[in-house]
Amino acid sequence: MSRQKWDQDTYYKGVPMAGYDLIKEIVAATLIIGLISLGLAFALSSPDVPSVTIQSWAKADPVDFVTTATAELAGTSDTAGYGPPYTDVSGAAQAIGPFAPQDFFGDPMHLDTAQLFVLGPLTTVSGNDTTLQKALATFQGATSDQQQAWLDAYTTALDGATVQGGQVAVAAGDYGPVPTLMSSELAIAQSGSLDGILLTTPRFYQTNYTSPLLFMGDGSYLAGLADQQHLLGTQWGMMNETGSYPGQTWLWLFTVWYQVPPFDTADNADLLVVVLMGFLSLLLALVPFIPILRDIPRWIPIHHLIWRRSALAGDADSE
Amino acid sequence: MDAPASYVHFWFILISVPNLLIIGGLILLFVIALFAPFPRHKASKPAEAAATDVQAIPPPSQAPEAAGGGDGDGDGGGNWTRSMQHAVSRRWPWHQLLPDKQPRFVASWVYMFGVGAIAALVWIVISGMVLVIFGPTWWHVSSAGKFMNSIHFWSVQLFFGFTVMHLWGQYFMAGWRHGRAMTWILGVAIFAISIVAAFTGYLSQQNLDAQWIALNAKDAINGTGLGAFFNILDYGQMFGIHVILLPLGVITLVAIHILLVRLRGVVLPIGWPDRFKRNAQSGERES
Repeated sequence: MSRQKWDQDTYYKGVPMAGYDLIKEIVAATLIIGLISLGLAFALSSPDVPSVTIQSWAKADPVDFVTTATAELAGTSDTAGYGPPYTDVSGAAQAIGPFAPQDFFGDPMHLDTAQLFVLGPLTTVSGNDTTLQKALATFQGATSDQQQAWLDAYTTALDGATVQGGQVAVAAGDYGPVPTLMSSELAIAQSGSLDGILLTTPRFYQTNYTSPLLFMGDGSYLAGLADQQHLLGTQWGMMNETGSYPGQTWLWLFTVWYQVPPFDTADNADLLVVVLMGFLSLLLALVPFIPILRDIPRWIPIHHLIWRRSALAGDADSE
Repeated sequence: MDAPASYVHFWFILISVPNLLIIGGLILLFVIALFAPFPRHKASKPAEAAATDVQAIPPPSQAPEAAGGGDGDGDGGGNWTRSMQHAVSRRWPWHQLLPDKQPRFVASWVYMFGVGAIAALVWIVISGMVLVIFGPTWWHVSSAGKFMNSIHFWSVQLFFGFTVMHLWGQYFMAGWRHGRAMTWILGVAIFAISIVAAFTGYLSQQNLDAQWIALNAKDAINGTGLGAFFNILDYGQMFGIHVILLPLGVITLVAIHILLVRLRGVVLPIGWPDRFKRNAQSGERES
């Protein structure tokens, strides 16, 4: 006869038992928690601050939109320099010494920000717009040095840009076709066309919002709204929620690391924090096998409050 | 509630008042559970009566599953189905799977946190199924949908609250003792997967919060190299993972976790006399 794997009757030998109703406990708990959920839902509802569209961004902050689009065209935006998995930029990946897992799988998306966010959409809508067609041809026919000179000058001019009638105006200068391109880019954004174009692929159904999200993320408008809602990383935003609702409080430890040295200033903070949290999670899982960690409950007498002497009287000594 | 929250700033800590209320509430509830008197199912019995209760549990040799034949994992005469029957019925006889008795030392509200988490999970699944049936945009355009989403939202808050307090309770009880290490490890795994499940849920909200969370969290995912496979800016991918794979993982692990709890029963109190420790050692080694 093989040995029993586990035997509760032996384990509880001599332990006084009391009546118990597991099913009643589960049913009661489910009803009570359900009532609490219903009550909270009825009284407090849930957070739902509307999403930002490229159209609403371009209308609310045209200068930021044009500045971002110009950076995408110049290849100087955050996305353009991000590295894997979006773009092929050497040395951009987060690394700990030679360990750079971000580089392991290359850049499967091969994003070209100039083509994706500016030249491609403008080509799509150019149609019978000969002015736009000419501007596109001029820009794409110029040398890269000439393109860069136009873009640098226009980017500098945008620092003093003003908004006139919903359009971005800059001081006169040698910007080549860039102002025409950006005027058209702003127009298709404000009309809502760019929201659709950035989602369009040869397939009918779309669920991938990578392009519009990256584009909006490169600007400062969305970050400004997040700042107002205390969602920025520097504001412990990972555990915050819009409005006055509780957020993901269970991410408190993940968030803490971003606020303290050396993580708060490290370029590879995300990788450092993920590795650290992975290690700490492993420690938590392996507590039963780790001396000191597994002994702390014996040293801290909280268990005396859970198993109170008065309640145990006559139990352990009953034999 | 849609107005921006107030924040408390102390040293390097910046926390919203709602978050502070949640964390403070959990700690307060845990302390109350430690001190609040726990109602007995029945009045305490004298030792003699208690001893009768113990004897009422049939010893292994008389248990129905033992009488039914088969005393080892491989028993069943080459019949895999019969071997499975024996293996299951020996580990989870009815009086262990659905117990109507439990040790009298189980007399604290701290023991209620686990069932509270399971109850919240039930409501998460029910409200989530309704939300899935009507589609991901329903709750933005319908008051009924908003209400159902609110139930989902608060059930998630309750689930994590009870799960965290259950974790605290089990830690201070050293609930992994006497062969229960795997139960503890599975519990930590459930907590970890639940965090990912909640994260993909926040990504699936289709609002400002979802947009900003996706843009910020991409850096952590991409830093690990997993961004090549899990594009958190791809709504379709995240929504599918949120409503199918992660709930399946959480529910499966919770089921195994409960089966392990029912297999071993609750752990004996810390510091009980050695004779009870010998019980544990004869049942299985103490980890």
